[in-house]
Amino acid sequence: MPQLIMRRIGMMILIMLTVALLLFLMNEGDPRLIARSVLGPYAQDQQLDAWIVQHGYDRHILVRYVEWIGRVMSGDLGDSIIYKRPVNEIFWDRLGNTGILAGVTFVVMVIVALTLGVLAGMKEGSTQDRVISVFSITTTSIPEYASAVLLAWIFVFTLGWLPGTSSMTSGFNVVELILPVMVLTLYGFGYVARMTRASMAEVMTNPYIRTAMLKGLPYRHIIMKHALRNALIAPFTVIMLQINWLLSGVVVTEFAFGYKGFGALLLEAALRRDIFVIEACGTAAVFVAVFTQTIGDLGYTYLNPRIRFK
Amino acid sequence: MATSTTDAPLVRPDSTIVNAVKAVALLRESPVGLFGALIVLFFVLLAIFAPLVSPFDPNATILPFAFPGTAAPDGGVFLFGTDHLGRDILSRIIWGGQRVLFYATVATISAYIVGIIMGLAAGYFRGYLDEIISFFANVILSFPIMVLYVLIIAKVGASGLNIIFAVVFASSPGIMRIVRGVTMDIATRDYIAASQTRGEGPWYIMLVEILPNARSPLIVDFCLRMGYTTITIGALGFLGLGLPPPDPDWGGMITETRAFVTGGFPHMAILPACAVSLLVLGFNLLADGLREVSLKD
Repeated sequence: MPQLIMRRIGMMILIMLTVALLLFLMNEGDPRLIARSVLGPYAQDQQLDAWIVQHGYDRHILVRYVEWIGRVMSGDLGDSIIYKRPVNEIFWDRLGNTGILAGVTFVVMVIVALTLGVLAGMKEGSTQDRVISVFSITTTSIPEYASAVLLAWIFVFTLGWLPGTSSMTSGFNVVELILPVMVLTLYGFGYVARMTRASMAEVMTNPYIRTAMLKGLPYRHIIMKHALRNALIAPFTVIMLQINWLLSGVVVTEFAFGYKGFGALLLEAALRRDIFVIEACGTAAVFVAVFTQTIGDLGYTYLNPRIRFK
Repeated sequence: MATSTTDAPLVRPDSTIVNAVKAVALLRESPVGLFGALIVLFFVLLAIFAPLVSPFDPNATILPFAFPGTAAPDGGVFLFGTDHLGRDILSRIIWGGQRVLFYATVATISAYIVGIIMGLAAGYFRGYLDEIISFFANVILSFPIMVLYVLIIAKVGASGLNIIFAVVFASSPGIMRIVRGVTMDIATRDYIAASQTRGEGPWYIMLVEILPNARSPLIVDFCLRMGYTTITIGALGFLGLGLPPPDPDWGGMITETRAFVTGGFPHMAILPACAVSLLVLGFNLLADGLREVSLKD
């Protein structure tokens, strides 16, 4: 087990370094482009050259890459070109906002998905199962940008219950969080629910469940004590992988509701070529994704005794 | 050792067309899958006959802010109303569907070609090649997909060709993983050893012996991926990174008019939102049905 953990962590670091290299090549591969985006469209060629030499961009790209890694590790993310401020001052607030949105969504989504998945898988092929399956495949087919519009029509325009934008400018506001969380949950829960259903249905066919039934144990007791424990091992990995999907959805949802999170920051930076912000956002997104994936893998290994004691 | 050759009748494998017809016939057993196939077929027909069925020019500005059912000034009815610039929404949905389906199909097929070649090579040759391909697939797959799309499109610019490129880049690793897994399994079968003994080249074995036997998980995945790509193209349009205006695309239509949803003209953004959801639902149900059917045999 410790060997496995070390190997996974090593792999994680290797992937992070490669991703960082890709991001670096993409954004800082050509020094003239950096100088151009920092100095603006009216800078003369000599000015660009002077800037490149002055800031050390005339050195070999690998030297700059290693140096950049060192700076990022020590917490210096560079300066934003649009905001004319250190990236650190903007970035962490935005990441925190996204953390709130993604965290709340994650909890809601996992509860909804597991409940529906277990309810459907308990009695495979029943009406209850059919209804839940059709419902989850339908919601999974409605992309975030479509459900954002549909839910805004229902809850903002027709019913007038919720605000249409969620910029969170006037401090933390639970009401503003409802629509984005709904949008992300509706699109995202289906996959986990399907996995849970399949896992639950499989567990229910096991002889030990039949034994428990024949023993005359109450149905609720069989589900809660005997079936759930085994049925929830497989969905665990899927749930951790879901965080990657969630970060994806966050980009679209934050844009749709004007939420001041990291996805909106990434989009703005990408459109306006704010390279240091792009690098920070890209690295952070991949770090969260790879980290949760590693946890998911290790957790699965730990939860499954058949692998753990090999 | 028996020396007499058995006179087993030669069974000619069915052609691709026959197989496709058989697959559709099998869908009868799955009403859900059939329903999905009908939805997809409906959109495909709309796309093919767009010039005939679309009532107006999709880019002509006729009458702004018309509700569904309003009569057009020079004859005809705006069945779905018009947008803020006075363009007929039904016509834009039809033409936008054609564009989305075209790019989704081309992009997904291109991603499949790249993914299949990489997956076959990785799964058949194994060794260092496999390690390298799998590592880069892991790197690409560790990006949250929308973050990757935003990064790529912002770098190379928004155009139809670049969207295809981005889809190939982002989704071929996933396809590669599936193909690699199936290839590693099939490569251990006797008939592969037989053709190796016969002296067939590696690419002949991969493409003629292995690939056709790997098709059933790939067909299901293809339908799912068509749905994802449709969502992606719409999302890029929604974020302003999609196919260039003024030609309609569903995501772009939603983003241009979504401010009017809360202003009293919900139809402008809601109808394209329904169109994209319906098409994706079609692909998802079709994939579901095909999976169900392929598990039965």
